[in-house]
Amino acid sequence: MIELAGIHRTFEVGGQPVRALRDVNLRIAAGEYLSIMGASGSGKSTLLNLLGCLDRPSAGSYRFGGQETAAMSELELSNLRRHRIGFVFQFFHLVPRLTAAGNVELPMVFAGVPPAERRERAAQALARVGLTPRAEHRPSQLSGGEQQRVAIARAVVMRPSLLLADEPTGNLDSASGREIVDLIEGMNAEGLTLVVVTHDPLLGARARRQVRLADGVVVADEAAGVRGAASGVARGRA
Amino acid sequence: MRFADLFRFAAGGLRGHRLRTSLSVLGVGIGVASVILLTGLGEGAREYVTGEFASLGSNLLIVIPGKTETRGLAPLISVAPHDLTLRDVDALRERVPGISRIAPVAFGTATVKVGERGRQVLVVGTTREMLEIRHLKMATGRFLPRDVRDAPLCVIGARVQRELFPGVNPLGQIVRVGEWRFRVIGVIAPRGVSVGMDLDEVVEIPVETALRLFNRSSLFRVLIEVRSHGALPEVERAVIDVLRERHAGQEDVTVLTQDAVLSTFNQILGVLTAALAGIAAISLGVAGLGIMNVMLVSVSERTHEIGLLRAVGATARQVVGVFLVEAVLLSTLGGCVGVLTGLGAGQVLERIYPDFPVHAPVWAILAAIVVSGSVGLLFGMLPARQAARLDPVQALVGRRT
Ligand SMILES: Nc1ncnc2c1ncn2[C@@H]1O[C@H](COP(=O)(O)OP(=O)(O)O)[C@@H](O)[C@H]1O
Ligand SMILES: [Mg+2]
Repeated sequence: MIELAGIHRTFEVGGQPVRALRDVNLRIAAGEYLSIMGASGSGKSTLLNLLGCLDRPSAGSYRFGGQETAAMSELELSNLRRHRIGFVFQFFHLVPRLTAAGNVELPMVFAGVPPAERRERAAQALARVGLTPRAEHRPSQLSGGEQQRVAIARAVVMRPSLLLADEPTGNLDSASGREIVDLIEGMNAEGLTLVVVTHDPLLGARARRQVRLADGVVVADEAAGVRGAASGVARGRA
Repeated sequence: MRFADLFRFAAGGLRGHRLRTSLSVLGVGIGVASVILLTGLGEGAREYVTGEFASLGSNLLIVIPGKTETRGLAPLISVAPHDLTLRDVDALRERVPGISRIAPVAFGTATVKVGERGRQVLVVGTTREMLEIRHLKMATGRFLPRDVRDAPLCVIGARVQRELFPGVNPLGQIVRVGEWRFRVIGVIAPRGVSVGMDLDEVVEIPVETALRLFNRSSLFRVLIEVRSHGALPEVERAVIDVLRERHAGQEDVTVLTQDAVLSTFNQILGVLTAALAGIAAISLGVAGLGIMNVMLVSVSERTHEIGLLRAVGATARQVVGVFLVEAVLLSTLGGCVGVLTGLGAGQVLERIYPDFPVHAPVWAILAAIVVSGSVGLLFGMLPARQAARLDPVQALVGRRT
């Protein structure tokens, strides 16, 4: 589903180039569960943002579903994010003035889904994350774990094929974090491709495939429990 | 995206910041209210003047002795005019068929006394036809009798009556003007100011008596009522011809038509209204800057939200839409508040000064709302584009508020 080949991402900071990603090659098949680990500043978020088409690579090729994203217009990329990709962030990013249901409806509002269908699908998504009784609460009335569950409902309400989570438990206590992990792993089990960025080794170890970054370079890409091997997992240049 | 949803989302954004929203609504409101009020004042002034002239009747010619030379280089070389006399008036009545009524006027100020009570008033010498030409109404008694030009009789204005005869029936009483004595035969119904002359403060006496009283040989002016509006130009020409013939071939009178005077006033007051509207428009511009500022603050406060919208698939254009609709909503709301405030203030002014109608024209009200909406569109453009240009990643991780 995803093919990264020779990806570089370089930022200019005060005239100096900061090379956040260097020659990243990665193939992710539909339905995979992948964790991206590495020290702070190693380029994890940059990679995830590229995968989510929120950012464009400085060099290299990124093909999503067989299509080269570099050739896509802003509009096509927005469309891709809208229909194919769901995001979950460390800081939830709920709109404070909207209710839980309102936040879940948001992607559908901008996609032009009619109100009646929107309400129904939002209710389903909230039921899926176990928040039906909280549908009319505002984010400030919800616990951190509940807020993240609303964010997950929002991320999957458009039925994307790829769910990207950047430190989804980084701001939660361990019990709530646990619930979140169970939730997104359950969705992965139903076929959703899942990429989780984390620097929590316990969380990272749960993924069937683990990618390790250091200074913007992929230093390891291995199936769970099999160090240094690439058994059963596509690896390298597309 | 459906427009109703865009609208609802933008309105929600405004509801999130009630104080800020109401302040900028107030800013636009003040601008719009001043547009409404000031154009209302200008327009009211125009209506007032028009109405005053209309009360004269629309078929009026005014003859004034002396020729104001509006063309040519030397207005100083004006011919010494012949007197405009009562015999001229009689000749006009006889020889110009289009004239239905003609009233000679002579006036001056004088002190009018009743016993020890005295008062400076305008003394107008005229004939009965004045009553009909100016559509005067009598409170009590009657006006000067028909065909009487010289008699010790007078008709007094309502305020003169109140001040000189408090609590006394003035009919049959004597007033003194200088050495002269006049018997009061009527009181004019109160009417207020009419074309620069306060009819409540006059004393009207027969015209020949007035000429002798003021020791004048020439009338001040002659009011002519023409049979039909269409006959005005023809009668105007005939009047000038007759008077030239009687004044040794010199054209030494000025004839004003009410239309000419009115259109001059209309022009002047139209310019005034436009100037007032211009001043008010400046305050709208200032309100627009206020909106821009508010929207810029809003954009910088909501970078996370903007980043999130982009992440869930909102296009840059949709983000522009959200913030533009917010700005337009803000300013249009202000426009409506302003229109209501302006109209309300107009009502209050009208209650205080009933003679002076404040009529905001409908075009000004519609324009104010449309303009305020456009102000929002114009000044919302920059913040909205700024919001859309934000890099989604930067917006998401940017400084938390
Ligand atoms: N927009 C940016 N401008 C400049 N430097 C950036 C930007 N985004 C990331 N970086 C730099 O790129 C590197 C990788 O950042 P990031 O992907 O956020 O790391 P991680 O998520 O692994 O902590 C860091 O050195 C960071 O400072
Ligand atoms: Mg990060």
